[in-house]
Amino acid sequence: MGSRGGPFEGKAVVTGAGKSQVGRRLGRTGLDLTVEASLRAIADAGLTPDDIDGVASYPGPGTPDPGFSGASVHELRNALGLRSTWYISSSETAGQIGPVIEACMAVATGLANHVLCFRSVWESTAQASKGRGSVLAGTGRANPHHEFFGPYGAISAANWLAMPAQRYMDEFGLTREQLGAIAINARTNAALNPDAIYRDPMSMQDYLDARMISDPLCLYDCDVPCDGATAVIVSRRSAANGLPRQPLTVESVGTGMFERATWDQRADLTTMAAHDAAATLWERTDMTAGDVDFAQLYDGFSFLTVQWLEALGFCEHGKVGHYIEGGERIALRGELPLNTSGGQLSGGRLHGMGFLHEACVQLWREGGERQVGGDAEVTVVAVGGGPVAGAMLLSAR
Amino acid sequence: MSVPYVRPEFRMLPAPTPESQAYWTGGRHGELLIHRCRACRNFFLPGGPVCWRCRSTDVAPEPVSGRGTVAAYTVNRQTWLPAFPPPYTVALIALAEQPDTRVVSNIVDIDPADVAVGLEVEVFFEEWEDVWIPLFRPVQEAS
Repeated sequence: MGSRGGPFEGKAVVTGAGKSQVGRRLGRTGLDLTVEASLRAIADAGLTPDDIDGVASYPGPGTPDPGFSGASVHELRNALGLRSTWYISSSETAGQIGPVIEACMAVATGLANHVLCFRSVWESTAQASKGRGSVLAGTGRANPHHEFFGPYGAISAANWLAMPAQRYMDEFGLTREQLGAIAINARTNAALNPDAIYRDPMSMQDYLDARMISDPLCLYDCDVPCDGATAVIVSRRSAANGLPRQPLTVESVGTGMFERATWDQRADLTTMAAHDAAATLWERTDMTAGDVDFAQLYDGFSFLTVQWLEALGFCEHGKVGHYIEGGERIALRGELPLNTSGGQLSGGRLHGMGFLHEACVQLWREGGERQVGGDAEVTVVAVGGGPVAGAMLLSAR
Repeated sequence: MSVPYVRPEFRMLPAPTPESQAYWTGGRHGELLIHRCRACRNFFLPGGPVCWRCRSTDVAPEPVSGRGTVAAYTVNRQTWLPAFPPPYTVALIALAEQPDTRVVSNIVDIDPADVAVGLEVEVFFEEWEDVWIPLFRPVQEAS
């Protein structure tokens, strides 16, 4: 095998993936779901827990929102009795897959051989009784995260992202019908995913008639909270010999953030940190957007998917409306199949890692009814919005 | 169209920090106080001990005109806080003195349907306990 390019020179590979039960108000704990996904990922890689010598997760302990973190690294390590040569959790990193990127660094530098990377949420159960407002329960004053938005009733990311979406529409003429193609595509793909939360067909009229949450975003532009965990195993290529799966090579990663981490002060309100992360992804590889066979692009809000589409260079800045109009181009049989599991909009808010899981499933050709074309071997996974952004280029070559 | 503003029964109040104290209390004297660098004259939000642009630590809150234009906005329709009912308009307001520095606020005294990018607005303040919340309304004609 010749030498490989990219920041890890081909040394970082994905060897297994696992997902827990996913659903609404499952009533299971975050740790329970995390253990389920982790053991499935370890078995999928043909390993045992004793082979796992690294652990990585987002966001780690200390997040105030109920259910936002299903388990910390130490909680999982303790639960499974893992002996680790390296471990990390972080939220100040390249989005929800940032710790996976750090795992790539760990295996490439020899700090670990097999890193279990996980993300788990149980927001649906944790926030069930009082809804999103429960995020703020018990605080006499706005917590620091909400200091400048809370006094104005802008307590949801829907508000923070509706503003740049409005500005983008105003500046470039993106229409609600065009944006709706993202939500409808997700729902169409979710119908082929048995684990998806919302699987009933959605028409453009259904989308346009949905109640508005924060103009111009309607209910179907926002993802659906769920309970669930996803995990992947990142291995050192030389340690992956003899494992059952074809190792998936991490060809490049996008970790850039060129401006201050704010939701409101970026110089150009019509771009996000996604553009910085995407720029670094392509600087680190000889591959280009033209090599990508299908894409898994974060859709916590539909507008974030369109940001990633242009940030990654699938279309020019400002032209994304034309690119997605009608949805043919991004459909399962289109030129760039997008969010093949239904994304977070219809599949459920697995918070970033669900996209990486689905990327692996597709590259291993186990997508079943939703499998993309048989020769697909390169995908890009990109997660986050606003000041949160991370991307990964993954190949089965 | 003017829609007279009615003070809500509740606002989620900020917990001022040493670096945001001036911002949240300048309204006591009718002033919108924004951190400014004395070296490069940069206004910046949120406030802090150093200018992010030139890294000078010679910084301090300074009053601005309170005028600005709407750079982006949303009309929130969802009830997040029962005592603060929708609809209400949240906007990023570009400061007249330095448009790439933006204040987050509500735009009031106007039908939400009439809010647009570029709308000229001016600050006023609403007193809540120990803070004065900056709010914005369309610039009055005779100014």
